[in-house]
Amino acid sequence: MGLFTDIKDSISRAADRLFATDSQKRIGIYGPPNAGKTTLANRIARDWTGDAIGPESHVPHETRRARRKENVEIKRNGKSVSIDIVDTPGVTTKVDYNEFLDYDIEEEDAVRRSREATEGVAEAMHWLREDVDGVIYVLDSTDDPFTQVNTMLVGIIESQNLPVLIFANKIDLDEANVTRIENAFPQHETVELSALEGENMDEVYDKIAEYFG
Amino acid sequence: MAEITASDGDGVQIDLISGERMDSLASMEKIRLILDGVHEGNIVILEEGLSPDEESKLIEVTMGEINPDGFNGIEIETYPKSKTSDGGFLGRLMGKQETKKLTVIGPANQIETLHKDETLISALVSRQ
Ligand SMILES: Nc1nc2c(ncn2[C@@H]2O[C@H](COP(=O)(O)OP(=O)(O)OP(=O)(O)O)[C@@H](O)[C@H]2O)c(=O)[nH]1
Ligand SMILES: [Mg+2]
Repeated sequence: MGLFTDIKDSISRAADRLFATDSQKRIGIYGPPNAGKTTLANRIARDWTGDAIGPESHVPHETRRARRKENVEIKRNGKSVSIDIVDTPGVTTKVDYNEFLDYDIEEEDAVRRSREATEGVAEAMHWLREDVDGVIYVLDSTDDPFTQVNTMLVGIIESQNLPVLIFANKIDLDEANVTRIENAFPQHETVELSALEGENMDEVYDKIAEYFG
Repeated sequence: MAEITASDGDGVQIDLISGERMDSLASMEKIRLILDGVHEGNIVILEEGLSPDEESKLIEVTMGEINPDGFNGIEIETYPKSKTSDGGFLGRLMGKQETKKLTVIGPANQIETLHKDETLISALVSRQ
């Protein structure tokens, strides 16, 4: 409308931004494909906002676009921390569409999925360099954590001095080995959980509030 | 820099790139040098590796070059950073970040890591 409302609007927008950068941290959920990032993001979002973030799947590269859930308010010990959750595509250094054919995906869809997957990984890397204030690094506890992708990504996160928590996921499975993950990243705190079964979520939320609040 | 220039398809070319050579290049030039070699089917060995930021860009650029009927990405191995020599936050502030790590990069469809520990990387390289 008039000049006055314009100014009022822009002041309140500026104020929003001010407060937003103060309290609203963007937490990126990173990790290799299939680690359970979206399952975790959905559980956090469902627990505190009621709705989900995106589809989960046993087929790798299900998430091919970063997705953000804003204003997730987590209440801990009478205090509340508000964060944005960013679910990112699993990071890898290679994508072969033939891998998707094993999951009964038609060739044409597999080719498209692999192209989208590569775009997704690039996008995840970009977010990591520019747009997140903290990282939850999710690993499947039944897999070997000593991979080059994990080493590189944790190194990239450290080089930016971002606060990071390592989540050892899928502890409901018999082959889960949390100690192996703790040994791989002794410089960081590891929290074990099952995002699927909802095991140990109290500690998960305590740590999120402690690290990113 | 030592470069073993090979033959017309009956061998595997290995590019050993010295830290000195890499130091004189901008980040994107380093990434191009690596990926151009890898696209030709070469195994690229960096004496001193890349910085975390360059590694991040290497992944990003690699993704942009993957295509279904040719290149499907890279295999990369480095020796893990020695944890004791990590100066932590202070070390990083003072620019002591450990980036000098031998790095092996090759086309994903041709190189397979057989074994890796803190002192040894064992890889199987096949011809194109
Ligand atoms: N047993 C078990 N399975 C899990 C757990 N968390 C996730 N999964 C399963 O692991 C598979 C991958 O889960 P996603 O959440 O889609 O994994 P992601 O890390 O988002 O994978 P991308 O998006 O492909 O990178 C699915 O089949 C999930 O049901 C868990 O805690 N326990
Ligand atoms: Mg996902």
